[in-house]
Amino acid sequence: MKTSKTYRYQFVLLLIILAILFFVNISLGSVSIPTKSIFSSLFGSIDNETWNIIIRDFRLPKAITAILVGSGLGISGLLMQTLFRNPLAGPFVLGISSGASLGVALVILGSGLFGGVFAGLLTTKWSIVIAASIGSFLVLLAVLSVSSRVRDTMAILIIGLMFGSITAAVVSVLSYFSSAEQLQQYIFWGFGSLSNLTWTELLIFTIIYSVGMVISIFSIKALNSLLLGDNYAQSLGLNLKKNRLLIILATSLIAGTVTAFAGPIAFIGLAIPHLTRQIFTSSNHKVLIPAVAIFGAIVMLVCDSIAQIPGSDYILPINAITALVGAPVVIWLLIRQRKLIF
Amino acid sequence: MKTNNNNIILEAKQLSIGYKTKKKDIVVASDINFKLLQGQLIGLVGANGIGKSTLLRTLIKVQPSLSGDIFINNNNLQQTSNTSLATQLSIVLTEQLTSKNLSVFELVSLGRNPYTNWVGNLTEDDIIKVNEALELVNITELKDQRCFELSDGQLQKVMIARALSQDTDIIVLDEPTTHLDMYHKAYILKLLQRLAKETHKTILFSSHEIDLAIQLCDTMLVMTGNNIICDQPSQLIKNGVFNSLFPKDMIAFDEKSGSFKISK
Repeated sequence: MKTSKTYRYQFVLLLIILAILFFVNISLGSVSIPTKSIFSSLFGSIDNETWNIIIRDFRLPKAITAILVGSGLGISGLLMQTLFRNPLAGPFVLGISSGASLGVALVILGSGLFGGVFAGLLTTKWSIVIAASIGSFLVLLAVLSVSSRVRDTMAILIIGLMFGSITAAVVSVLSYFSSAEQLQQYIFWGFGSLSNLTWTELLIFTIIYSVGMVISIFSIKALNSLLLGDNYAQSLGLNLKKNRLLIILATSLIAGTVTAFAGPIAFIGLAIPHLTRQIFTSSNHKVLIPAVAIFGAIVMLVCDSIAQIPGSDYILPINAITALVGAPVVIWLLIRQRKLIF
Repeated sequence: MKTNNNNIILEAKQLSIGYKTKKKDIVVASDINFKLLQGQLIGLVGANGIGKSTLLRTLIKVQPSLSGDIFINNNNLQQTSNTSLATQLSIVLTEQLTSKNLSVFELVSLGRNPYTNWVGNLTEDDIIKVNEALELVNITELKDQRCFELSDGQLQKVMIARALSQDTDIIVLDEPTTHLDMYHKAYILKLLQRLAKETHKTILFSSHEIDLAIQLCDTMLVMTGNNIICDQPSQLIKNGVFNSLFPKDMIAFDEKSGSFKISK
C-alpha cells in the first residue's frame, strides 16, 4: 500500500533539466566556444589554452555558484516560511541581508573616513566579502540572543524587520556623505553577481553552505512538526527553543554566505518555495527540501543564462533578472491555481 | 469505582495555576486536587474566564504551575522530559494549523513523531497505528484528502485521530466542540466516550456543552469561582454544584432535566 507519494518522476525530471541547464549555462558567454570543446575541456583537456581558462576558471565556477546560490536561498526561504508560519517570509526576514549591506556600506561608503592608502586596501574584493560576513553575523548573533529569550516566534520576525530598518537608516546616512563613485560601487554590489568567484572563494562558500544544509536536513522532522503549530510541535516531544535556534542558524549560515559572495539577491528565497509547492503539492519537508534545492538551482541557472544576454558582451544585474523573470511566473501560477498552497 | 493507585493516570495535588510576572504571581485558581482514572471520559466545565484553558495548558506543560504538583503515571510532570511526555500525553487544541496543505494521512502520521527516526520515516508498525487511528474515528475514506478541503467537523475528527496515533495514555482536548453544529457537537463527544471505552485511554476535554457532558462523562471537573470539584455527574447534580456555576438571575440549573433554563 502506498502511504505517501515519493515524487520519483518529478525528481528525475528536475535532475535531468538541472544537468542540461548546467551545460547550457557553461556554453553561453561573450566568447563562443563549440560544445565539443566545452565537453573535452570539462572532462579532459583541449589545446586552446584561452578556452580552457575561460571554461575552467570563469564559467564553471560561475555555474556552480549559481547552483549554490539558487538552492541555498530557496532552502533558507523554505525554513523561514515554515518557522514563521508566514508565506511572505524569506531568507532575509531576520535582517541578514541588511546586516551584510551595513558591513559593505561601512567598507565602501565609509572608506572616505579612513582615508589615504588604507582606503585602497579596504575596498578589495575580500574586504567586501569579510565585511558582509561580519555584518550578517553580528545581526544574526543579535537575533539569536533575542530569540533564545522570546517565546513568541512572531516577535522574532518583527525584531528581524526592526534590525533591517535600523541598518537601512545607517546606510542612508552613510550614502548622504559619500562620493558618487563610492555610491556607484555600493549600488553595483547591491545588483548581485555570480561571477568572479575564485576556486578558493568557492571552496569556503561550499563548506559553510554544506554546514547549513546538513543542519537543514537534520531539521526535517522538526519542520514537519512545526507545520502543526508551536504547541502541537512541543507536545510531539520537540525541543522548541533548540530546534528554532538550529533552523535560524542554518538559514543565517546559508543566506549569510550567499550574500557575502554574491550580494543581496532578492526574490529567489521567497518565490522558490512557493513555485516548488505548486509542482510537488506537498508540505512534507522530506520532499520539499530536496525539491526546493534542485528547483532553486534550476531557476538560478536560467536567470544567469538570461543575464548574460547570449551573443553579447553585456551582463545584466542578476538581481533584476531574478525578479523580472520570476515575479510574472509566480503571479501566473497563483492566478491559475487560484490558491496559495502553504 | 476502583481507586487503587495503578489506575490513576493523572493527579493534581495542591495545584495552583496562573501567570508569573516579575512583580507578583497572578493566581487564576488554587488548591486544585483531583485524580483521573484510566479509561475515563472527563469533562472540564466552567464559565468563561474561570481558568479552564489555564488549567489545561498547565496540565499539558505549555505553562508552568505556580505551586503544587501534577503527576502523570505517577511521575511528576516537572521532572518529565518533553520526549517522554510525548509518549504519555497528546493534545487537540483550538489553534489553527500552520499548514493545511498536508493530506489527512500525513497529518495523522505526524502523531507518530515521538517514535520515528531522525528524519521521521514511518515503519510498518507506525503505518498500522496510523490506519488504526483513522479507523477508530471513521475517517479512513478521507485519508488522501488535503486538510483545507475538510469541514470543521471533519478536521476535528482528523485532529482526534492524530492524537490517537500518538498512542498515549491521556488525550487532552481544549474545547473540541467549538465551531460545530448541534449534531457534530454530540457526535464528537459521543466519539470521545466510545474511544475512552474502547482504547482505555483517559480523555479530558474542556467544553461549554454542560448538558451533553452531564450525559456522557464518567467524571466531571467543575470550576467555580471558589474551587474545583471533581465528581460523577449524578453526584454533582445532587450536591447542587451546577447551580453555583452562573449568576442565578440569568440562567438556572434544572435538576430534573439535567440542563440549564433561562430564568423568567
